[in-house]
Amino acid sequence: MHIAALPVFIPLLAAAMLVAFRHWAPRVLNDAVATGVGAAVVVLCALLLAHTAHGRPFAYWMGGWRPSHSVAIGISLSIDPIGAGLATYMAVLVTAALIYSWRYFDAVDGLYHALMLVFLAAMAGFSLTGDLFNLAVFFELMGAVAYALTAYKIEEKGPIQGGINFAISNSVGAYAIFTGIALLYARTGALNMAQIGATLGHHHADPLVLVAMSLLFIGFLTKAAAVPVHFWLADAHAVAPAPVSVLFSGVMVELGIYAVARLYWTIFAGPLGPHVEELRAILIAFGTLTALWGAVMCFSQRHLKRLLAFSTISHVGMFVCGIGLLSAKGLAGVAVYVIGHGFTKAALFMLSGVLLHRFRTIDEFDLHGKGRELPWAVVLFAVGGLLLSAIPVATLFFGKSLLDGAALDGGYPWLPAIFVISSMFTGGAVLRVSGRLLGWGPSQPADERQAAAAREEEAEEEAPREYTPPLMLLVPAVLLLGAIVIGLIPGAVPGIEIAAGHFHDHTAYINWVLHGHVHFAPASTSHVEGFDYAYAGGATLGAIALAALGLFGRPLKRHLPHLLLQPVVVAVGGLRELHSGHIGDYIAWWTAGAAALGGASLIFLR
Amino acid sequence: MSFLPFAVAAWLFVIGLYGIVSSNNLVRTIISLTVVQSSTYLVLLGVGYVSGGKGAIFADITQVSKAVDPVVQVLVLTDIVIEATVTGLLLALAVQAHKRFGSLDPHDLRALRD
Repeated sequence: MHIAALPVFIPLLAAAMLVAFRHWAPRVLNDAVATGVGAAVVVLCALLLAHTAHGRPFAYWMGGWRPSHSVAIGISLSIDPIGAGLATYMAVLVTAALIYSWRYFDAVDGLYHALMLVFLAAMAGFSLTGDLFNLAVFFELMGAVAYALTAYKIEEKGPIQGGINFAISNSVGAYAIFTGIALLYARTGALNMAQIGATLGHHHADPLVLVAMSLLFIGFLTKAAAVPVHFWLADAHAVAPAPVSVLFSGVMVELGIYAVARLYWTIFAGPLGPHVEELRAILIAFGTLTALWGAVMCFSQRHLKRLLAFSTISHVGMFVCGIGLLSAKGLAGVAVYVIGHGFTKAALFMLSGVLLHRFRTIDEFDLHGKGRELPWAVVLFAVGGLLLSAIPVATLFFGKSLLDGAALDGGYPWLPAIFVISSMFTGGAVLRVSGRLLGWGPSQPADERQAAAAREEEAEEEAPREYTPPLMLLVPAVLLLGAIVIGLIPGAVPGIEIAAGHFHDHTAYINWVLHGHVHFAPASTSHVEGFDYAYAGGATLGAIALAALGLFGRPLKRHLPHLLLQPVVVAVGGLRELHSGHIGDYIAWWTAGAAALGGASLIFLR
Repeated sequence: MSFLPFAVAAWLFVIGLYGIVSSNNLVRTIISLTVVQSSTYLVLLGVGYVSGGKGAIFADITQVSKAVDPVVQVLVLTDIVIEATVTGLLLALAVQAHKRFGSLDPHDLRALRD
């Protein structure tokens, strides 16, 4: 398969051309080239996926530097169905975002398209690479482009601050990753993940390996936005242009999770074999905190994109729990859930872009009743809310039932309850906004926080528009349709389960990368249980109830006893205070998170 | 091999973080970030150092003697390229921040308070 490197190479080349000709190329040419390249990468990645499916992963060695006597010196793309599938999914979202951009921007030059294509190349490389250092380089490339895209509207305050916070937080994470790589190289003399895994073997994990693991994990969790290293996410997602936020929430954040999973099952599964239980507890602690923190913050927002950003954080908590269960089933659940969540969240960000484009504000209260002008947008928004609550039988539901099953198998019977809370709050918040768009509930907020920030975007243009291009509604509609039907395609979910089973086979990975022998232990598939319907139905009903409470609950508040209400108000207010927008605070929290992960690893995993 | 480069690297990483946390000027924040990154150079070079080793350039040398590990040096070069990119981008953002907020103090950047 000599096309393996093309998903990285073609967009990079096209981006360079776009920059070179940007003073001559008309807008329509830029749009056509960028979208065409996106579609080409979709096709290429789908070919890789088709080739690797049915248990045929392969390693492509750059420049023909194959392993000699089973020692890898060259750089490989190690492509398995999970990596290729992730790349395909990513390319689909990038293409959708590029199509949406045709009408979203009034004026945009080739630089935007070039940045998007470099972003595409970096994410493709990140999904496909088998080399640890390349993983870090693609991480940084993805980062650098993402910082620039966040601050794309460089004349506005929000994007500037969001870009700075994003860049500094993620750079610190990247430096932790570099240090971790250096330590692993010191121990093994290798940079290929399979080679590192083979060299570490099943020797007991000593402090050096544990410190390396903690540094790598906290670095990638920074990108994934796990609490308490998540602060940058809400700032960046809220201020980036809508099509960029689509990619941040839909793929970039999930790639951080992917890296943690990939590193664990290629490198650390051997040395940490005896301590699976303890590592599981540590990761699930992080995941649970993230899921709950995100859920509460999500529901308390009135800035629409910030609301969606915190909803992503809550879902990241579920992903961290799913990976943290350290089982094939948990991994499969995350993979299915990522697809459903990504398509839904992408559509929701696009719809908030529609609202911003039309009404010049994405403040929930400013938009009160405005949805009547755009009924289809409200319908799609509400569908997105229902999907986020994992309503049966959309894609998210299948992911969640796998996660529930994995939690029960792994000895965490309370974890499904956390998932239900996360689904309820994130779905409920979106449904509440849909209701407000229709003019339900009060039009005045209880407090005045955030109003200015939500209105400031696009401040230079004054009047609301009279017209929304149908294309801007069509793209999110198609994505939502995808989020509903992908899980229903016969063979899709069981296929992902088998791919996840192969992904988590530590020895098999080393064998197929270094020796070219493909042999997997048989992987199993599972069925949706009856209680899954009960959980998911309960979460959806809970989301609707929460939305109703958010819309009509204010009179109720007066009847609640002060003693009951006050602690909640103080706690939520305190939580919100922590998101100060001050980069120094964020890095202090980052340090605390890194210390917590490193400390817990050194104490419990030895 | 000496323990010293790693001790210095750990110190740089932590003091750089402290610099970011305590900074009241964005330029200082960004320089502190490069201090954090400098620690990665030291770790990488320290890992590849061989005492008495020469630079790993064998093009016109027939007798191969002890040499330091060239791989980590290449990694450091990549790392430096990344630093140049990120620092340049951040400083450009700091200039914009000064224009729009009229201040370089992170405390005065209040567009994104929750």
